[in-house]
Amino acid sequence: MPKKIMNQPENFVHEAAAGFLAAHGDRYIQVEDVSGLRVRDVKEKTAVVVGGGSGHEPIFGYFIGENLADAAAAGNVFTSPDPGTIFKTAASVQRGRGILFVYGNYAGDNMNFDIAAEMLEEAGIQTKTVRVHDDIASAPKERDTDRRGIAGSVFVIKIAGGATASGLNLEESYRVTAKARDNVYSMGIALSGSSIPGEKRPIFELADDEMEYGVGIHGEAGVRRAKLLPADEIVDHLASRILEDSGIQGGDTVCTLVNGLGAAPLTELYIMNRRLEQLLREKGIHVHDMEVGTLITSMEMAGASITLMKLDSELRAYYDMPCRSPHYSK
Amino acid sequence: MRELNGEQVKSMLLYVAERVIDSKDFLTEVDSRIGDGDHGIGMERGMKNAREKLLGMGAVTDVYAPFFEMGRTMLMTMGGASGVIFGTMFSGGAKGKTPQKTMDCPRLAELMCGSLAKIKERGQAQPGDKTMVDAMQPAVEAMLACGGSDLGEMLEQAASAAKQGMEATRDYQAKFGRAKSLMGRELGCQDAGATSVWIIFRSMGEYVKSL
Repeated sequence: MPKKIMNQPENFVHEAAAGFLAAHGDRYIQVEDVSGLRVRDVKEKTAVVVGGGSGHEPIFGYFIGENLADAAAAGNVFTSPDPGTIFKTAASVQRGRGILFVYGNYAGDNMNFDIAAEMLEEAGIQTKTVRVHDDIASAPKERDTDRRGIAGSVFVIKIAGGATASGLNLEESYRVTAKARDNVYSMGIALSGSSIPGEKRPIFELADDEMEYGVGIHGEAGVRRAKLLPADEIVDHLASRILEDSGIQGGDTVCTLVNGLGAAPLTELYIMNRRLEQLLREKGIHVHDMEVGTLITSMEMAGASITLMKLDSELRAYYDMPCRSPHYSK
Repeated sequence: MRELNGEQVKSMLLYVAERVIDSKDFLTEVDSRIGDGDHGIGMERGMKNAREKLLGMGAVTDVYAPFFEMGRTMLMTMGGASGVIFGTMFSGGAKGKTPQKTMDCPRLAELMCGSLAKIKERGQAQPGDKTMVDAMQPAVEAMLACGGSDLGEMLEQAASAAKQGMEATRDYQAKFGRAKSLMGRELGCQDAGATSVWIIFRSMGEYVKSL
């Protein structure tokens, strides 16, 4: 059985939430009766509610805070939360200005959030939904709404938080957040699989000299297995695929994220970031900001992803707003 | 057996829950080949919650009530795509039905047919998309075409059709769920949800035949 620091597997998610609140309970609180966290001090604005399976921390549960999300609904590890959990989490932060849902595009999340949205509408609470689908490896460009959401959620949630905090109404917040979603592109590689607490085996395994291209964030296998390459060649491959798919070119402005999938040391991420900056500079692409860190994970998976978001002046203004949460601040 | 009363329907669904819980490791293994390996875990959790709900129901006079309560419990507590889809498999066709004292072949076929329609509406999956619909649709068609009045016989035919549908998913490319991103690498592996459908129909048949 893959080793983890844990007690009973069925307590994995709520014991972690209890530890989070032990550290940050001055600003965050558990939603009554369900596996959801919210900010203590709910602002009079359109609420941003995120969520998904657990096992991706800091996203989604710990990605709440000033100019980020207001609440997060948490499912079990790699499993979408149920509609009741989403409904109660969203209702706990709504202040009559509607709910903007932001989450990764997966069949389970889509159905459970849709049912929760229907329940909220029946209760007279307006909702809009932005599903992040940034993983370019997961479906061809002509089927981009079939793509799954990975690290691009970091930037889309940041824009949603900025837009709603600026006082934009639900419709306008939705428009800006959807624009962020339509301009964010990611792709990743794994050096090892990951496992669900209590399960006997990792979801997939790689030999010592192998890596997997195009992995998602649920330990699911990627699109192609290859021999492990030097860091620069990995970055060149991922970045060139992203540039080709997105059409981002010289003269454009981007913000970037090199994201660790759980077990990647920060040094490896900075080695990748060094090459990414060189490559973008050589192509004449203006880098507005570079984020490097472990922000959206697949439990203990080794490996990383690269994300680019193309910025126009509107997105840049919301991106530049300061934000604060225990594991991501600007 | 031509018909079941409310208590027998409840016992049948409790038997189904036990069999699915027993199949957790098998379902997890099937799902790990192309999904993220959580199907068995989710089904076990949902069926445990459903079992608790059914055991707490008291005397059952309406044969649709155990189906509805089981499905609603799964839908509202499981999470994941499986929670919605498998919850709807039990509750979708039972919701809003005029209470009945007995469950016979036409009523069970109609119930499952109604559930299938709601699953397709919610999940947008069609036959051939490598989902549980590939097992459920032939099972429902077999039930509608059965024409007989023996419940055990009808469920046996449904289970057999579900099994064939499940086996056929090995040849399909995934259009939904996490396997859709594998670009063909999922070929040769059967769908975990379709496998659960087969286990559910087979278990219903086993229970009825044991009476």
